[in-house]
Amino acid sequence: MPYTPHTEKDIRQMLDYLGYDSVDRLFKDIPAKARFKKERLLQPGISELEVMRLMKELSAKNKTVDDYICFMGGGAYDRFIPAAVDHILSRPEFYTAYTPYQPEVSQGTLQHIYEFQTMIARIYGMEVANASMYDGASALAEAAIMALHTTKRKKLLISSTVNPYWIRVVESYLYGFDAEIVMIDEKGGETDYEDLAGKLDDRTAAVLLQYPNALGIVEELQKVRDRITDAKTLFIVMADPVASVFIKKPGDCGADIVVGEGQQLGIPLSFGGPYLGLFTFREKFIRQAPGRIIGMTKDRNGKRGFVMTYQTREQHIRREKATSNICTNQGLMTVAAAVYLSLMGKAGLREVAEQSHKKAYYLYRQLTALPGIEASYPDKPFVNEFSVTVKGDAGALKAYLKKKHFLAGILLEHQYPGKKNELLIAVTEKRTRDEMDAFVRECASFLKEGGEK
Amino acid sequence: MERLIFEYSEPGRRAIGLPLCDEQMERDPRLNRHVDDRLTPLPEVSEQDVMRHYVSLSTLNYHVDKGMYPLGSCTMKYNPKVNETVARLEGFSHVHPYSADEDIQGLLALMFDLEKELKVITGMDKFTFQPSAGAQGELAGIKIFRKYFDLKGEKRTKIIVPDSAHGTNPATSAMAGFDVITIPSNRQGGVDLSALEEAMTEEVAGLMLTNPNTLGLFDKNILKIAAIVHEKGGLLYYDGANLNACMGLSRPGDMGFDIVHLNLHKTFSTPHGGGGPGSGPIGVKEHLKAFLPVPVVEKKGRRYYLDYDLEKSIGKLHGFFGNIGVVVKAYVYVKKLGTLGLREASRMACLNANYLQKKLRKKYHLEYDRLCKHEFVLSGAKFKKYGVRTLDIAKRMLDYGVHAPTVYFPLIVDEALMIEPTETESKQTLDRFVDIMTAIAEEARKNPDLLHEAPLTTPVSRLDEAAAVKEPDLVYKGDL
Repeated sequence: MPYTPHTEKDIRQMLDYLGYDSVDRLFKDIPAKARFKKERLLQPGISELEVMRLMKELSAKNKTVDDYICFMGGGAYDRFIPAAVDHILSRPEFYTAYTPYQPEVSQGTLQHIYEFQTMIARIYGMEVANASMYDGASALAEAAIMALHTTKRKKLLISSTVNPYWIRVVESYLYGFDAEIVMIDEKGGETDYEDLAGKLDDRTAAVLLQYPNALGIVEELQKVRDRITDAKTLFIVMADPVASVFIKKPGDCGADIVVGEGQQLGIPLSFGGPYLGLFTFREKFIRQAPGRIIGMTKDRNGKRGFVMTYQTREQHIRREKATSNICTNQGLMTVAAAVYLSLMGKAGLREVAEQSHKKAYYLYRQLTALPGIEASYPDKPFVNEFSVTVKGDAGALKAYLKKKHFLAGILLEHQYPGKKNELLIAVTEKRTRDEMDAFVRECASFLKEGGEK
Repeated sequence: MERLIFEYSEPGRRAIGLPLCDEQMERDPRLNRHVDDRLTPLPEVSEQDVMRHYVSLSTLNYHVDKGMYPLGSCTMKYNPKVNETVARLEGFSHVHPYSADEDIQGLLALMFDLEKELKVITGMDKFTFQPSAGAQGELAGIKIFRKYFDLKGEKRTKIIVPDSAHGTNPATSAMAGFDVITIPSNRQGGVDLSALEEAMTEEVAGLMLTNPNTLGLFDKNILKIAAIVHEKGGLLYYDGANLNACMGLSRPGDMGFDIVHLNLHKTFSTPHGGGGPGSGPIGVKEHLKAFLPVPVVEKKGRRYYLDYDLEKSIGKLHGFFGNIGVVVKAYVYVKKLGTLGLREASRMACLNANYLQKKLRKKYHLEYDRLCKHEFVLSGAKFKKYGVRTLDIAKRMLDYGVHAPTVYFPLIVDEALMIEPTETESKQTLDRFVDIMTAIAEEARKNPDLLHEAPLTTPVSRLDEAAAVKEPDLVYKGDL
């Protein structure tokens, strides 16, 4: 199918100029044994019309969050995205631009990232944000590496209440490093603060926590901060950016590095990516930070402008001494997030967080009032995600609810073998009272019939 | 100059409302002591303010849909619009990552089929789409190096990287705890075989290489290089940044590479998005399959599923499965062109590069004067005597409405200008580009000050990068 613009005449003229009789001659420097000769394996393409047909067929074979009523979270949330977000994202000026290595023709991207950095730093109550990491999990891993470099220590304490998939990413990133990961126990749904205190020592580079944690519970950040008495040990928090405009900011609770998954900020679920790694830190650590950072400066005429700054940390300058190998990041996703945050604004984002909480609490009360369901962690506060324990087979309940068009949540047992029949339920501003009432009714009807259906 | 979004802000202004919350729904009293009553200082603007602001910002950008982007090693080819339309279909964009396999058969089929096509193009045996970009693909590959030798009980602490390599190669090696040995290039711009032989001991895990290399030259000794590395029990890693030169013509798998990463946002036409998101899938040979990050896509009968059960897996590099929205776009491209069309794309990319190289080699300086592949590297050194540096030439190009090439890279060419036209530029566009480069060479001789002052027609002139470090202003400090 047509993709290259060359006419036969163009090709002939270009070859004549080069003094070759065929395009094949341009590859004569490839040794015969390294040439690909299995021509029969190569297939022709199809037209755009046929591509659209094929892709619609494939698309129709997937079930979306619109086919169900979604109570599934676990780090990816079904939130409302205003129409204007995609209108901006669809502008080729943003999506077909390269990394802003030539700042004079990239001020749109650069200024936008400066604004993005500002908004993310404010959400977390931190001093500086970078221009993005791949996703929340890799941001957490890079924070761990940054702590190792900054403190020149080797021990990392990670709470067992951090999402197990994300812990796995941290472990994979650290594989090959001279570092030791020590897990902190969970107690009643939150970090066991006494276990933490016992494991802290003068070799500890950092303590890593999730806020609210992977079970939905709001951790006591201040208690953790108070237990970190060694001045060198860094406090790293992986925080939910929406919750952080409602509950106390991790930056205000003494965190040194705050990272997060930014999917909730105007980015579609897209089967797990592209998402957005948020990365913020105290300014004094800037020279150890990974990724691009944009700064404001002036041009030769004194006009305000923006550039990539502190580039001597980065791989294209420092090579093996760089703070990270990251190059391409999630640029366009930062546009989605900044446009979303501008549209929702100061009051709107708070309302998103607060409504999600109130709705979650409503559902929590209705569900835990049913005889067969109880709160897994009854005395612990949550924002918009909570765990309930089903007396009986939670997997069967989930399967039953799916037939009734509900994505009931996540079975925690898959990630925490000890948490049998616990169902993690997330509620966003998109859920209505009718949907939640129907969900509760179906749960009741399943339980009444002894889970036989 | 466009205002900051914060400078639009007026107290009480709103863009988006939400449905009213049922009054019966209240706050959990247990949460009260955690709540912060202050509002986060974000902008207060209307939807129109947002549209005007971002549209104004967008007009300050150069981009592929505006003009030629001859950035070496970045493969700034045209991004077909159908890619974008398809990626927005709800069956791809509205799918939750915790969905059950039965609910994602279309997505898994897509990943399985794209993997099949990539195997044909690369000659590798198994792929993962988990890495989010080329550098994360490298990280996956080098962690596999590490685990492979750990499980074999061999202590190998070093990795060899040629001096012409991308900066990510040594940076990645360091992130897996390896020491980096840099070896020099030979006079043809390829790997110096005797330097490689000397460096390749049993302490070395392997070699990271791109072929064609960053000079755009195909290393004729590639099979010998592979033999030297394999003979000492090492592994060979292929940096796929330059795959656009040889799709359907020469495969890394046949050259002897054990692990390959691809940049879907370069070679497979997905847009760069102002710096991302990319996608950097890696492919491995049979003997390294079990090391891939989990999960991988498998098929049993007619059913596709995610397989988490890889005994030697390096673990996970992404919270979920990678930048799947980008993978969807690459799949559309591959289906539309077919593997035959991909070969044609590489053929035309190399034709374009050789045409430009010959047109420009006398006007600038061509250090390595041979048949090139998809890119070539000129030197601006001969203009030094007029006080003109490569940076000045690059900035002047912006005035002529083309993007600058990659400059000062690779490090082995003095005053380097690395040019990659890609296959999507026509002969007519290339001819205009030659005219521009010719005019600038002339200006460099006759009016060097013009180049020192360039660019003159862009939204801002050259920016003070030193001041940006000396007096850092990284976030807006004003009240909202």
